[in-house]
Amino acid sequence: MAKQYETVIGLEVHVELATKTKIFCGCSTAFGGAPNTHTCPVCTGMPGSLPVLNKQVVNYAVAVGLATNCTITQYCKFDRKNYFYPDNPQNYQISQLYLPICRNGHVEIETSEGKKLVGIHEIHMEEDAGKLIHDEWEDCSLVDYNRSGVPLIEIVSEPDMRSAEEVIAYLEKLRMLIQYLGASDCKLNEGSMRADVNLSVREAGAKEFGTRTEMKNLNSFRAITHAIEGERERQIELLESGQQVTQETRRWDDAKEYSYAMRSKEDAQDYRYFPDPDLTPVYISDEWLAQIRDSQPEFREEKMARYKKEYDIPEYDIGIITDSKHLADLFEETVAICGQPKKVSNWLMGETLRLLKEKNMDPEDICFSPEHLARLIGLVDSKAVNSTVAKEVFEVMFDKDIDPESYVEERGLRTVNDEGALRKTVEEVIAANPQSVADYRNGKEKAIGFLVGQTMKAMKGKADPGMVNRVLKELL
Amino acid sequence: MANVITDETIEYVGILAKLALSDEEKEQAKKDMGRMLDYIDKLAELDTEGIEPMSHVFPVQNVFREDVVTNGDESGKTLKNAPGEKDNMFMVPKTFD
Repeated sequence: MAKQYETVIGLEVHVELATKTKIFCGCSTAFGGAPNTHTCPVCTGMPGSLPVLNKQVVNYAVAVGLATNCTITQYCKFDRKNYFYPDNPQNYQISQLYLPICRNGHVEIETSEGKKLVGIHEIHMEEDAGKLIHDEWEDCSLVDYNRSGVPLIEIVSEPDMRSAEEVIAYLEKLRMLIQYLGASDCKLNEGSMRADVNLSVREAGAKEFGTRTEMKNLNSFRAITHAIEGERERQIELLESGQQVTQETRRWDDAKEYSYAMRSKEDAQDYRYFPDPDLTPVYISDEWLAQIRDSQPEFREEKMARYKKEYDIPEYDIGIITDSKHLADLFEETVAICGQPKKVSNWLMGETLRLLKEKNMDPEDICFSPEHLARLIGLVDSKAVNSTVAKEVFEVMFDKDIDPESYVEERGLRTVNDEGALRKTVEEVIAANPQSVADYRNGKEKAIGFLVGQTMKAMKGKADPGMVNRVLKELL
Repeated sequence: MANVITDETIEYVGILAKLALSDEEKEQAKKDMGRMLDYIDKLAELDTEGIEPMSHVFPVQNVFREDVVTNGDESGKTLKNAPGEKDNMFMVPKTFD
């Protein structure tokens, strides 16, 4: 029988914090500025410049640490990690090696095999690097330092995961906690959340870990899943053919679904860390810690329990809605306006999720406001539009956050409640479709469906189907 | 001099520090580094039992900034420090990941 292998995975997750300014200077962190417009002597590493720590970075890091059950290092400090690369203008990155701000935490994940704890080794604060662009025309690279100095936390897990499914569940859990805290938007495709995967394989039952590789450039859950599966196969093939796995960093090419070695770990990965003399140590007093603990938001479990008590909606819906902070906020704000939890939930669970899936978007990308959703619900309730028209209006609202009331007015989509006009149309439809009329009269109940359809078509969809049915039956 | 720096070590340190040293400079650096390590050995003779490692020379902690944007667009000044410039960016020798 072929040997059985177990995959052992640990993750290093970088998260860009949602501060307004960089970690050590007053430059903006806004995304998308023209190159180098958010730079100063500090974040471009000019000699003689002095970094000063952004207090909000500490607040966010501690909040994430508490949410992931970590012990907070109340006396922590920064260290310099030395390496040469053009995206790193100081020739060192300010990070934390000796006293990271959070240690020894865990999160609970849920997979098809049940619940499981994934350990968190540590969380440290550090600065992001600039962006390197490779020039197509000249033999050179170009550097934009707008991202240099944007605050990051790096969350280092224990090697506790055994499959791609567990990795995704872990990442989704981290993302949800951090989004609930408002500490980051955690978008993998925009790089505000990045995951490096450390993976090794070993024979089932073995005690020792195998040699691991580190994979970078994974910017979607799909890429992470494929990279894990590909790397597991590659390592097993090496072992089966009597070769060894080399400890190295590999870069995943998602288009080719293939990874290649970037640099071997032995090469100059000697970072010569030492304490940063420019930055003073950080002391988080018991009072400060208590203050952060007291201002932690309501997390998903508490929210679910509250929804169960406050709103009469199915448990399944509660699970989906609270899975995203943005969706939960949208739900609560809309209910606060219109007071109809079941209807709000139906719009979110039905059309919203359908469109998100169709357009390959995250709930965080939803742009329509709670006011507009509440108005649309009002339009349906007052029978101003029927459900088919409402769905059409919703699609436009989903794309552009239009005001459904003025949209319905401008396009003349309001249901025609004029029974006289409807009666006239129904009479015409009956006259034009003698066969269906005869079928219906001979007991084929279903034939009425066709006549309703013809009437709606003649009314350009703007009739109340209930009224159409009633008038049809009356006239038949 | 008790500490002797080997050729391999000076070569390796040269790579880490991105320095191209001549043979003469290498010999000099080997001597200097050996003396530095001797001094460290001397310091290591001190009894530091029960003394917390010092992480900063001044008795200061918690120097913070509030999270408020104070810098505007100074890309003109920033780029004056660039070895070369193109499209408002620093131009550097071609570098791959």
